[in-house]
Amino acid sequence: MLDELVRAAILGDKRAIARLISIAENNGTLAREALKALYPYTGKAHVIGVTGAPGTGKSTLVNELAKEYRLRGFKVGIVAVDPTSPFTGGAILGDRIRMRDLYNDPGVFIRSMATRGSLGGLARATADAVKILDAAGYDKILVETVGAGQAEVDIASTAHTTIVVEVPGLGDDIQVIKAGILEVADIFVVNKADLEGADGVALSLEVMMSLGNSEKILHHGILMEIKPATESSQPRWRPPICKTIATRGEGIKALAEAIEKHLAFLKESGAWEEREKLRASREVEEILRTELLKRVLSKVDRQAIEEILGRVVKREIDPYTAAEKLAGGLT
Amino acid sequence: MAEEKIRVLIAKPGLDGHDRGAKVVARALRDAGMEVIYTGLRQTPEMIAEAALQEDVDVVGLSILSGAHMALLPKTVQLLREKGLDHVLVVAGGIIPDEDIPKLKEAGIAEVFGPGTSTQTIVEYIRNKVAEIRRSRKNA
Repeated sequence: MLDELVRAAILGDKRAIARLISIAENNGTLAREALKALYPYTGKAHVIGVTGAPGTGKSTLVNELAKEYRLRGFKVGIVAVDPTSPFTGGAILGDRIRMRDLYNDPGVFIRSMATRGSLGGLARATADAVKILDAAGYDKILVETVGAGQAEVDIASTAHTTIVVEVPGLGDDIQVIKAGILEVADIFVVNKADLEGADGVALSLEVMMSLGNSEKILHHGILMEIKPATESSQPRWRPPICKTIATRGEGIKALAEAIEKHLAFLKESGAWEEREKLRASREVEEILRTELLKRVLSKVDRQAIEEILGRVVKREIDPYTAAEKLAGGLT
Repeated sequence: MAEEKIRVLIAKPGLDGHDRGAKVVARALRDAGMEVIYTGLRQTPEMIAEAALQEDVDVVGLSILSGAHMALLPKTVQLLREKGLDHVLVVAGGIIPDEDIPKLKEAGIAEVFGPGTSTQTIVEYIRNKVAEIRRSRKNA
């Protein structure tokens, strides 16, 4: 049955794609078999992440971008992630409300996903859903994270191009030099650009990047050019800042152009391979970690673990020694 | 293995703009631990069936107060079945006259929840029915 689903998904059957994503969400062992079979068909899609605080307009932006891509002849997959309640395990997934233009387009597949306890802004199965859509022949895959604050940066290791969406009125310019979400941006979008303060947000972002790149600094209200201390031979990508009014579709063409430019940069500079390699190493490492943990725990009986944990609690041994003892069982 | 969540699509077919009831039900299902895909107002049966397919839901909940239920609800069920979604439980709520209910059930609407139904009743109905459907699919 699984073979059939995999075959149908590769041919683009939407029901099969939907079933496989559910399997990835629900059943680790089955999902693993399916993903093994799908993997050779992946690697063609351009994965674009869209992240930013709640209410910045991510869903609307994704809807508009998808429409633009359809005009350009691309097939579009969308994975939209919303949070699971930590109290009840339930979720309301509301991103589709903003995507109604796309429902009956056969070249678009939309899947809403709940985080189910993951904290990095994506669900555990998001990367799997991306692989399934990739294998099914979607050219552009848009991944919308949960409304993210400052540290939900998992998207950067899933997407080739990460878009960080800002809006006017969220905070002062110290917010933009804090570590975290802004560092993962390949492209900045200042959405709701018709609101007061939009230019200020764009300027703050500009200044923040200058502080890092030391090409321009803001001095007495004037942007001044300065030469970087060392000339790097590596071509660098400077995240452009795109202003949009997503509800009216304004600025979307320019954003799509910026995304294509970033894609071209990735391919020409060799950064695409680098990102793919980084992604592969992280993925294998994570699977390996889970696998080794499983093996260690299967070698030691439940009672021995309980006993060691009890000794840690009583301060008879420390957690480091406890872990070493347990890992010792592996050899 | 992770617990298999119940996924429910809540949609408002037709043209009325009253979504309070749909939101109250969506919230109650969320609090009962289900994943609710909320699609909002003015959905066509085609949009609802396609969303149900892509989201791989167990249940479709339709809220309608416009009076067009005899046209829109059977059409939605028909499109779901055409897409091969035979297992999807379809329930309805809103303003639906009693005399229409038997005809809707004949058309494949499993249950109709009128005004004043407690959310607990809806939650329990969905839980029991989905468990039943899942069991029979596993044995099939």
